[in-house]
Order: sequence, then structure tokens, then C-alpha cells
Amino acid sequence: MDTITVLLVLLALSVAGFFLGRRRSHAVAAGEGGARALHSLPKHYGYMAALWALLPALGLLVLWAVFESSILANVVIGELPDQVQQLPESERGLYFNQVVSYARGAIDAAQLDHVQVTAAEHYRQLLASSARFKALLVSLVAVVGGLLALRRIAPKLRARNHVENIFKWMLFACSFLAVLTTLGIVLSVLFEALRFFQKVPVSDFLFGLEWSPQMAIRPDQVAASGSFGFVPLLVGTLLISTVAMLIAVPVGLMSAIYLSEYATRRFRSVTKPVLEILAGVPTVVYGFFAALTVAPFIRELGESLGLTVASESALAAGLVMGIMIIPFVMSLSDDIINAVPDSMREASLGMGATMNETIRKVLLPAALPGIVGGVLLAVSRAIGETMIVVMAAGLSARLTINPLEAVTTITVQIVTLLVGDQEFDSPKTLAAFALGLVLFFVTLLLNVVALYVVRKYREQYE
Amino acid sequence: MDTGRQQEAAAAGAQAREPLDIRDHGSVGDAYQTIGAPFVDDAKMSARHVNVYYGEKHAITDVSLDIGRNEVIAMIGPSGCGKSTFLRTLNRMNDIIPICRVEGQFYLDGEDIYSQDQDTVLLRARVGMVFQKPNPFPKSIYENVAYGPRIHGLAHNKAEMDEIVESSLRRAGLFEEVKDQLDKPGTGLSGGQQQRLCIARAIAVSPEVILMDEPCSALDPIATARIEELIDELKDNYTIAIVTHSMQQAARVSQRTAYFHLGKLIEVGDTKQIFTMPEHELTENYITGRFG
Repeated sequence: MDTITVLLVLLALSVAGFFLGRRRSHAVAAGEGGARALHSLPKHYGYMAALWALLPALGLLVLWAVFESSILANVVIGELPDQVQQLPESERGLYFNQVVSYARGAIDAAQLDHVQVTAAEHYRQLLASSARFKALLVSLVAVVGGLLALRRIAPKLRARNHVENIFKWMLFACSFLAVLTTLGIVLSVLFEALRFFQKVPVSDFLFGLEWSPQMAIRPDQVAASGSFGFVPLLVGTLLISTVAMLIAVPVGLMSAIYLSEYATRRFRSVTKPVLEILAGVPTVVYGFFAALTVAPFIRELGESLGLTVASESALAAGLVMGIMIIPFVMSLSDDIINAVPDSMREASLGMGATMNETIRKVLLPAALPGIVGGVLLAVSRAIGETMIVVMAAGLSARLTINPLEAVTTITVQIVTLLVGDQEFDSPKTLAAFALGLVLFFVTLLLNVVALYVVRKYREQYE
Repeated sequence: MDTGRQQEAAAAGAQAREPLDIRDHGSVGDAYQTIGAPFVDDAKMSARHVNVYYGEKHAITDVSLDIGRNEVIAMIGPSGCGKSTFLRTLNRMNDIIPICRVEGQFYLDGEDIYSQDQDTVLLRARVGMVFQKPNPFPKSIYENVAYGPRIHGLAHNKAEMDEIVESSLRRAGLFEEVKDQLDKPGTGLSGGQQQRLCIARAIAVSPEVILMDEPCSALDPIATARIEELIDELKDNYTIAIVTHSMQQAARVSQRTAYFHLGKLIEVGDTKQIFTMPEHELTENYITGRFG
């Protein structure tokens, strides 16, 4: 039986558990004066039986899926002849992979030696018996769990609290899963980054002023030095993000103020969705808009003013990124300004303040923490944005703060380092993980600051 | 459905002291006559033939009323009777509600406050407002009071501003309690203190009229008593119109009382007379607690 079938059986058992549990609660209650004698509603006893049948068996199924392949592999490898055992780990893995592929029918026997074919047969047998055993054991656990729950049903049993508790723990498990995933991502990036730092010193990476990750593969190549100074990338990232925020924050904030304070309901109901469409445009579209429309326009404009503008400039990428972030800033600010209680507006207007004074002196200060939080979230987005910059800002890691020149960003370099065929132990490839780690810390820092600002000033009104 | 409701109301009416459904007792025709004395000789503000609409809803029907100089006038009536709406027309606070339409004539010292060249900023500086729920700004106590003088440019230096803040807080009876914490947030005060802070904020711009929209409904009895004393003291210098749900409060603080019912001004008169010898049946029903 495959896993899907086992799952279906499990669900069926669980549903059966529900009805049996409900019926049994009626039965035990009948002796003591009907359903009123029960502590909980009959359906709670049903839920309890269903969950007892489902959850332990489901847990077993998950454990089985996690450990099945590695246990089977160990068994089969253990039976391989000695000369195979003595192979280096990577070659042995390759050897065994062929066994598994053959057992699955992906390759034919002509590519394998006699030992591998025998091992594959054995592997196939083990797989089949494991599946049978799994189905049997999981069903058994489900039935036993369900029966245990059914046996416990009595009028005094607090089934409602029991079920509530189980749900609480299920919710906890889900939130814990999200935390674990984050932790897993951080750790995997961290370990690869540590491998990089074994080859390139941390100080060279953090304080180096030159970024040219191309390394000579053969000694006679004169390709490049392979220097991994991350400062030009950071400066490029900050430069483009600054340009983007200079566009997005004023325009976004002011359109939010207009929409929430001045616009008629009709205008608002048309404008807000239109602006939010901006947020739905894929960034790749913004990217070629930046590269093919905005960048040449800026170059021509610059030339007509007598300035030298690179055809891929930080300004073009930043401008378009700013346009992309406008709806983000606007939507967040609009929500926050709307959340300022009307009593504040009335108080200020009732004093004879104008709308403008009310906005500047009452609404914005009251909404400030939320606006700062929203802006910092937008900054995180700008720093993490890749597609626009890949297309419009270029790849040359120049250390400059002139927005008319081509620069590159952390995300762009991660992309270029990992695109194409790579060897996964060269510093060039591993540098991507170090950059990822830095990017992670920068955005984490911004989020922490945003959370801090929001929390510190949150209770200002009401 | 309507008959069902009427039957219910009739059944409810059969039980003694049960509140009546006002919808069945509000049968005053559109062309009605306000009973009592809506007009006075020395009027600070006058309203004539006021109609207010919220979209389709006719919230106030043909109300005419004078507010006398240095008097406290109380406006009472069941919920939704239009008393707060009427109050808000007096300093054009309804202007900020898009669907609201106001008709009629309003005068402040004989000057038309709804005329084309009337500036709401100046009007609201002359006719201040205190709201139902204390709504201090999320600023310090000092800045709350200084807000109005600052936007109207009433103080030319720090010393003058300090003077205005202190005297406003004093007149609102709050200064002694907060003089050591003027830089603390106004939102940190108790409900009663917050409301007195709002009154201090309103009088800091030296208005001529103060409109109070149920200023004590969110306060406990002690804080309410404190505000009522304050209203009594303030009436020497200001004209006050107060909307209240509490008939005892209306009786305690006001010289004249106006009874509103479903958007109509039913009866106006001396407070004492309204509460002891109401002429209209609806007024009597309301003040004897038969609905409300």
C-alpha cells in the first residue's frame, strides 16, 4: 500500500472514531439520565476518539517517511562487499545511487555490475515489506488509539477540555514549525558561509573595498584576483535603496494622506485599487521597464544637461524600484492614518485648526510609529529586491555614491554567482551564502528596529 | 410587521412603568410649533428654521432656537433625537461629514456663520467644543493646552504661552493636580482629569461659546460633579450649550432646557419650569422616565 492509501485508511478510521465516540457517549449517558448527565456534548467525545485515532498514527507515518530511506540505505550498504565499503564516502554514495535508480526502474541493468543488481533486488524487497509493515502498523496504532479513547468515555470525562487542549497543542506545533523552518534556513546559510570564511578571511570580506569574484581555475590563467570585498555591494545596495525610498516615501505617504483625509469616497474607491495594481505587477516587468524605458530616458536627459550617465544607472533602478514600493508605503500608511481615532480629528478641527494643521500636528505624530514601521518594512523590500536591479543597474561592483553610474547590489551578485554551472566548493560559489547571511542580518536588523519603534510608541493614543 | 411592532408596544405599554417605544409617541406633524420660549432678548447665538439631512435621512426638522448670552442651555431628549447634531451645526462641525447637509440661518452676535465669507477656523476659535469622550492629543499636558493658542498665534513668546496654559488649566480646575507633570502625556490622566484637560484646551483660545456634547457620559459620579461645578463657574465668562442624557445634570447646571424629539424641538423653557410643569405630553413622558 502506498502512502496515499494509508492516509485515506487513517482518515476513514478517524471518521469512524468520531461516530463511535459520539454513539458511545450516548450509550454511557443513557444509564445515567440522558445526554444532560455528560460533562461535554456528545460531539466532543466523538472529536476526542477521532483525534486519538488520527494523531498518533499520523505522527508514526511522518516519522516513518523521514527515516525510512536512510535506514534502508544503511541496511543495503551494510551488505555490500568489503571493497565497496572501503570506497570514499562520495563514491560509495554514487555506487548506491545506481542501486536505488535500478530498483526504481530508472536505469537498465547494463550499466550495473552483478553485486549492484543483487543489492537492488534486495532493496526492492525491503521497500515492499517496509510499505506493508508501515500500513499495518499505522492502522494498528490508529485502531488502538481510537479504542483507548472509546474505553475512557464516561459521563465524568472532560472531553471538551481534552479536545481544546489537543487543538491548542496542534496550533502550537504549527507555529513551532514556522520557527523551525526559519532556523533551518539560517543554519544552512550559516554553515555554507562558514565554509566560505575558511577560505576567505572575515575581515577581507567585511572591509574589502574590491569585489571581483572571478577566480583563476588553472594556474596559467590571468582571469582575476578573486577578491571578495563586500563594501562596494553594500554601498550599491544602500545607494539604490536610498533613491527608491526618496521616491516611495514622500509620494506614498502623501497619497495616503490625500486618500484618507481629502479624497471623496468615490475617488478613493477608484484610486486605491488602481494604485494597488502597481503592487501586483511582477518585478520582472518593472525590470525591463527600467532597463528599456527609464534608463535610456535618464541617459538622454543627462546628456542633454551635459552629464555623463551610464546606460545602466543606479538612478534608473532606484526610480523604478521606488515606483514599485509606492503602493506598499501608501497602503500601510493609509491604514495607519485611518486607524487614528476620529476623535483626534474632531478635537483638532473643533479648536479651529485647519485640515493641514490637523494632519501635520495631530495625525502624523499619532500615526508616526506605524508609518516608521511601514517605511522600514519597505526598506527591507528595497534591499531584498533583485529583478529590477539585475536588469537596470548593471553588474559592475563600483564603489561610488554617484547615482548616475552603474553599481551592483548584494542580491544581484548572489544571482550571478549561482547562475549557470558551478562548483560548489569554490569560494566564488560559497560567497553567495556569505552575502545571503549578510543580507539576512541587514533585513533582520531593520525588522527589529521597525518592531521596536512600533512597540515603543504604539500606546500613544487610546 | 409594523402592526406587529405596535402590538408589542401596546402589550409593553399595558405593563406599568415599562418604557414606551418612542416611535409610537413621536407623532408630531412636520408643520409643528415649538412650545415655550425658544427666543430670548439678548441672544448670543440664534438658529432659524434649521434642517439637517444625513444623505436621505432627515435628522433635524425646522428647529429655531436662541442661546442667551452667559447662560447655560441644556439640550435633552432620547437617543437619536438630533440634539448632538444640532449642537454640531453651531460651530459647523458637521461640515466635515461629507453626506451631511445643513439648511437654515445661524447667527453669532448677529453675524451669519454659514455665509460664504465665514471662515470655519475663526468660527471654531470663537465657538469651542468639548466632546463626549475625553480626547486629549497624544502629546504632553502642556502641549495639549498650548495647541490652540499656537495654531491661532495667540502667544508671542514662551512666557505668554506659559501664562495662557497655566490660567486655562486653573480655570478648568486642573492646574493644582498636574502642575508638576506638565510634560507628561495627557493620555495618562484619569478620565475626569482628561475631560477637564479638554475643557482647558477649549478655553485656552478664549472662545465666546463652549459647546459640550455629553461631556460627562464617560465619567464616574465624582468626576461628573467636578465638571458640573466647573460649568457653573465658567458660565460667568462664557455661553455654554450642553447636550446631556442625564436629566438631573440638566436640572443642576442649566438655566434653560430644550427638549428634542425625533429631530424636532418640542419644548423650550426655563429649566425649573420644564422639569416641574412641562406643557407637552412628550416632554412630560420623557422627564418622568416613561421612555428614553
